Amino acid sequence: MATLDLHWPEPRITRVPYALYTRQDVFEVERERLFMGPTWNFLCMEAELPKPCDYRASWVGDVPVIVTRDENGELHGFENRCAHRGALICVGPGGNGTRIACVYHGWTYDLKGNLASVTFRHGVNRQGGMPADFKLEDHRRRPLVVANFAGLLFGSFAPNPPPLADYLGEEIAARIRRVMRGPARVLGYNSQILNNNWKLYIENVKDPYHASLLHLFFNTFRLNRLSAQGGIIIDSSGGNHVSYSKAASDRASADYSGTDLRAQREGYRLADPSLIASRDEFGDGITLQILSVFPNFVLQQIQNCLCTRQVVPRAHDQTELLWTYFGFADDDEELGRMRLKQSNLVGPGGYVSMEDGAVGNFVQRALAGADGDNELLEMGGREISSQATRATESPIRGFWKVYRELMGL
Amino acid sequence: MSEAVAIDSTLQFEIERLQARYVTCIDDDRLEEWPGFFTERCRYQIISSENYERKLPVGVFFADSRAMLSDRVAALRQANIYEAQRYRHLVCATLITSRSGEIITAQSNYQVVRVLQDGSTMIFSIGRYLDRINLNRGQPLFEEKLVIFDNRRVDTLLALPI
Repeated sequence: MATLDLHWPEPRITRVPYALYTRQDVFEVERERLFMGPTWNFLCMEAELPKPCDYRASWVGDVPVIVTRDENGELHGFENRCAHRGALICVGPGGNGTRIACVYHGWTYDLKGNLASVTFRHGVNRQGGMPADFKLEDHRRRPLVVANFAGLLFGSFAPNPPPLADYLGEEIAARIRRVMRGPARVLGYNSQILNNNWKLYIENVKDPYHASLLHLFFNTFRLNRLSAQGGIIIDSSGGNHVSYSKAASDRASADYSGTDLRAQREGYRLADPSLIASRDEFGDGITLQILSVFPNFVLQQIQNCLCTRQVVPRAHDQTELLWTYFGFADDDEELGRMRLKQSNLVGPGGYVSMEDGAVGNFVQRALAGADGDNELLEMGGREISSQATRATESPIRGFWKVYRELMGL
Repeated sequence: MSEAVAIDSTLQFEIERLQARYVTCIDDDRLEEWPGFFTERCRYQIISSENYERKLPVGVFFADSRAMLSDRVAALRQANIYEAQRYRHLVCATLITSRSGEIITAQSNYQVVRVLQDGSTMIFSIGRYLDRINLNRGQPLFEEKLVIFDNRRVDTLLALPI
């Protein structure tokens, strides 16, 4: 196993070395120890594999994988790399069939990742072909353990991963079930290239402190101010979190008034407020719930706009953010309309998300010469704990705790 | 769909001129004038060809009124944070695909080159416009403009309209 020559300064809980965002060797060790280690990685929604023999390409970290539903409806996953000469087995987004064929030489795989056939295995006109002792069963693709939680599919390369429900923790699991209230239906996809390290985006997701400061749109329409009733929940591992709020509970806060925050400007009103017309479909008044699962999955509810976000590391300084927008099979027309209009809030051009596409890059561009320097994470104290405030960086501290454990740092 | 109907050259010219005025308005950063290219009830959407062809409804931005377009401009001016940038649109291959009275449907290819403040330049978006245009007695307006991009990935963020 690779070892990293990297010094983590004290106090470890509130300091993060910038070298973690700039070094290619860190990226490679992350692949081995985090993504291919004892973690659960979001693959896709169950709704994307509705029928027997559906399969779909995804990634665990940046490792290409295939997720399948076999003839009997069972879910499987395995690495998307041919046993022969290493080509992608599934080049496009996916398909349906009992066999998946590599285009290079036509070798085929079944939906469990077993090598099913080798073209010209016995040669042509008794010439050539594979040696007599070649065995198909020696070349099964490295399997993923696949688990379905409330319609979200997760995979792990670890042979014996912890049960997914334990990994999520009771409170996080309950918050996933809250959103995944029925059979889901995909409404669209977006892909956004972030020109920064993947962890800068994850930190942003786990940072409830920035939301109403960077995203003025939220603040102006009182969708999410830190003074609104809400809080954060962190699971016992530290790696998973929920940040939530109820817009209706917002009240004037002395901490905001009198300050000269850009986010404080008032008086901006929508000419067409149908954009934010919404329904309390979960029946609890919570208008925003951002949930993350270590290492790189986000489940988002902003009013009726529901998304999964998969954070795919592409290089030490480039990340692909995959957005999947969804609703439910029983959505009526009005709710469908609300989801469509509210989709303007999020995604690559979203009113309350577009800034997140840029801020990570503003950090990345500032890091030349920053080796030896550190991030400072003391907002909300020096602990990792659930809190009734969102003026805290506790979820980010929790992420780094699990990160250090798995990376051996 | 892409079969052009027999059209007189005056109409072709009028549609191409509308496209030229539309993209120049954006490229010149006269965004406040941009909603004025649309009818009051309209449909404007930026969506990937992947979603469009699979009949998935959600894209990058959706509006069904001129007021929603004005809100977009107000948000870009007052609320949202993005690095200083400009677009240069290239529009070509405009085909008028149907005519029914004052209502024209047309399609065009477009390319948007985005230039950031430091000079970084990239093909930011490439695809087609599918338009439904009301000739409106010489003051043509878009009743519908679908911006269908082929490049699937949006670099960093999409702020300005296409």
